[in-house]
Amino acid sequence: MTDVRYDRAPGDVPSEEVQAWAPSEALVYSIGLLVALVLTATSFWVANTSMLWPGGVGLGLAVLAIAQMGVHLVFFLHLTSGPDSTNNILALAFGLLIVFVVVVGTIWIVTDLNDNMLMPSSDAMNVRMQP
Amino acid sequence: MNIATTIDGVPLEALHSASEAGPAAKRIVVAYGFWIFLLSDIVMFAALFASYAVLVRSTAGGPTGAQLFNQTTVAIETVCLLVSSYTCGLMSLAINSRNRLGTYLGALITFALGVAFLTLELREFADMIAHGATPERSAFLSAFFTLVGCHGLHVTLGLVWLAVMMVQVAVMGFATSVQHRLLCLSLFWHALDIVWVGVFTVVYLMGISL
Repeated sequence: MTDVRYDRAPGDVPSEEVQAWAPSEALVYSIGLLVALVLTATSFWVANTSMLWPGGVGLGLAVLAIAQMGVHLVFFLHLTSGPDSTNNILALAFGLLIVFVVVVGTIWIVTDLNDNMLMPSSDAMNVRMQP
Repeated sequence: MNIATTIDGVPLEALHSASEAGPAAKRIVVAYGFWIFLLSDIVMFAALFASYAVLVRSTAGGPTGAQLFNQTTVAIETVCLLVSSYTCGLMSLAINSRNRLGTYLGALITFALGVAFLTLELREFADMIAHGATPERSAFLSAFFTLVGCHGLHVTLGLVWLAVMMVQVAVMGFATSVQHRLLCLSLFWHALDIVWVGVFTVVYLMGISL
């Protein structure tokens, strides 16, 4: 029995501190697999169906992907909101901030540059660029 | 926790919070360091995703994603990687309970699914290149091969690492250092699956439907 509480490593299986009421770890992985499979199947369905408004498909796919990444983090990497995982969560939050800045910043800046190019429209460009 | 501590006869004052417990165990520090590395790896993938998103329409009159991608292959690849992530988790459970047979079995299934994923991906690449969709055809294809190829390279490295770790388990048993490495390996493998969620959504599904 440990008498002090340490931080928890990301992806670590906290077998020594499992409470009596907690589900077994294999069950946690199985639930994660099941939920991830359902989300994946939904993603493929959303991409192929014609039932949905086409303008919302991209947003729906993004939401499903983020949900599935969250499922992977919680069920496979065992990230929790508990005090043991504070360091891991903080590092993850910083990483996500950088990812957000890189992706959104790049798309924003390059799209803006594209729009501000005082050039003929892209169709005219393509015609002129033809060999 | 409190009840157990009282039973053990340890006074309640000994129950420090994480910040007062002194240096964390080596296992925690090792995995935390590897977690930082994985996050930097994900930042690198974010740069590749950003360049892909910028270049996705620059097909230079060449084939577009909708013409090139085969959804069935992508679905099978996704299931392979997802199930391999699951078996990798079961493998880490077997390691924690010092179950040698379970460890080998989990590693074998994980390895086989990883190889299946790579085979499908390489066949897809070869098929595209045979149809003239080479990386130098357009900026879109350059970005595609860089992003998806980089993920495939990570999977390859993960498979090599897994094979090396199984040799280490066979030779050294469940030594502490081997356990630390296996913990890092399972972190790496789960992180690759998370990156693949982004790849199949942004590259394949959005490429087909948008």
